[in-house]
Amino acid sequence: MALPMESPISFANIGQARWWQRGIFASQTGYVAIALLVLLIVMHFASPYFFTQGNMQNVAKNFSFIAIATLGVTLVIITGGIDLSVGSMMCFSAMITSMVMSGLSTPGMPGASLFVHVAADGKTVIANVPGLILLISVFAGLGTALIVGLVNGLCIGVLGLSPFVTTLGMLSIVRGLGYVVSNGRGSFPGGPDADYFYALTSGDLFGVPAPFLYLVVLAAVMAVVLHHTSFGRHVFALGGNEKAAELTGIPVVRVKIEVYVICALAAGLQGIIVSGWLGSAPANMATSYELNVIAAAVIGGANLAGGMGGPLGAIVGCVLLEVIRNGLVLAQVNSYWQQALVGVIIILAVLVDRIRSRVM
Amino acid sequence: MERETVMVTATAGKPVLELIGIGKEFGAIRALHDVDMQIFPGEVVGLMGDNGAGKSTLVKIIAGNFRPSHGDIRFEGETVHFHRPVDARTVGIEVVYQDLALADNLTAAANVFLGRELKRRFGPISLLDHKAMAARALELFGELRSETRPHDLVKQMSGGQRQAVAIARTRLSNAKLVLMDEPTAAISIRQVEQVLGLIHRLKEQGVAVMLISHRMPDVFAVCDRVVILRRGEKRADRPIRDTSPEEVTALITGAKEAA
Repeated sequence: MALPMESPISFANIGQARWWQRGIFASQTGYVAIALLVLLIVMHFASPYFFTQGNMQNVAKNFSFIAIATLGVTLVIITGGIDLSVGSMMCFSAMITSMVMSGLSTPGMPGASLFVHVAADGKTVIANVPGLILLISVFAGLGTALIVGLVNGLCIGVLGLSPFVTTLGMLSIVRGLGYVVSNGRGSFPGGPDADYFYALTSGDLFGVPAPFLYLVVLAAVMAVVLHHTSFGRHVFALGGNEKAAELTGIPVVRVKIEVYVICALAAGLQGIIVSGWLGSAPANMATSYELNVIAAAVIGGANLAGGMGGPLGAIVGCVLLEVIRNGLVLAQVNSYWQQALVGVIIILAVLVDRIRSRVM
Repeated sequence: MERETVMVTATAGKPVLELIGIGKEFGAIRALHDVDMQIFPGEVVGLMGDNGAGKSTLVKIIAGNFRPSHGDIRFEGETVHFHRPVDARTVGIEVVYQDLALADNLTAAANVFLGRELKRRFGPISLLDHKAMAARALELFGELRSETRPHDLVKQMSGGQRQAVAIARTRLSNAKLVLMDEPTAAISIRQVEQVLGLIHRLKEQGVAVMLISHRMPDVFAVCDRVVILRRGEKRADRPIRDTSPEEVTALITGAKEAA
């Protein structure tokens, strides 16, 4: 007969963590956000121009230029992966968008007659359906991103290649393709829909820059997806323990492919928006942006070992980087210091997290 | 070919799992040879043997990781063929892995429901039903009499609590047979007691448990029967009351051949 072993088991000695020891307050995102607040206050006293409407719009616009891509990379990082190809992807996607746009808007180009006709004056090009060209060209740009993301995802998920190596290769491939298709010159959005394009990418709504609005909407969607859908749950599980995820029947390969596709799409959209602000998509656009994007994600609390991160952290990381850049400019510090300082902050953020997890 | 089927327990009714002449070869290596075995509902069977005796191979065959080279597996009287672990899970066989297969960064409730989350539909989108999952997880922990809070992160838990989470997973799917691979190998004595308690709970609910263990006291504490493998063959299959730790040790090492 089995031994009696019904001694009551209690965990009375284990207390519930205090509110400030758990949740957002105990996370890297939380104290980087606090550091950011402190920095904002310091900036306010250091420079009278910092909290002016113009400068705030400028800051909001600038960090939105990497923040959407950072959302995508954060998603990949949560699964324990990495995507180094986002900078190249931004450029290539923007380039395809503006090439398709100007191609379809040039009478005489293949297919262009379906979309545009020349006005009575013999010079002005008029769109048959206003906005259609813009729609098609943006879809072309995002479609390109989707294909690249799919290739990344298939290589990593199905073939089992390392994410670092795969996306490092893709960084080079996509950048190279950008030079090939544009012959190294880059491309310019043009045609009758170009005005819509500029309005949607670098315009603003009630004084709020359009890129910032896109960012807020996408971040909110990402927060809901991560914390309230099974896909989000699986993304975290994959980063926490991939073997466990597999054993519990999570479609690991599919989740991996999906996160790389989403990341590429986010980078593509980001590139299209940036090109609207620049007014062109040069072939060297967003070079080495992947490093800024990954730095922002890591500063915001995404753990490269996987299993941790979120949209709030991604945004906090991006804002912190931009405020520092902006602050150094306002304080008239040699702008070459910026890069060194960013490096210090990356290490500091991770270091503080390490110290905190030892102490508590 | 003659086969003797020994009814070794008092448990009446049909066996939940029946292995008939199971053999497995990896190239020239014969990992298992002609293993017959039965497990009945509510029975706890200890599977013992030295390293390399074929325990893990047998478990992996039952769990659907490997296909046997010879023999038949019958589950509740029906012959089954498992191609993947999911196939075994579908009929009602769950495995609690030695390393527990839990995601540390998620809560207890999230781990219990991992891969089979409860959802609520809002028009075209379906969102996680956190409340229902936490409530059901709490219920399962209660059934197992484990004080595990559904909202706690698994990384903050003790070994015993982790076992409770892993075992609660098997209750969720109403498994009929639970395979436990060395559940007490790396935890403290107090937690071992807890885990053995969990095995009792499963037994009370009519679940058959196969306990793979090296620890003699654990096997004698919870098992109704012990099956001993040596060099890929079944050497003994005894009710626990008819044997002793000394005899089992002798059978495992080969100092004594089964009578």
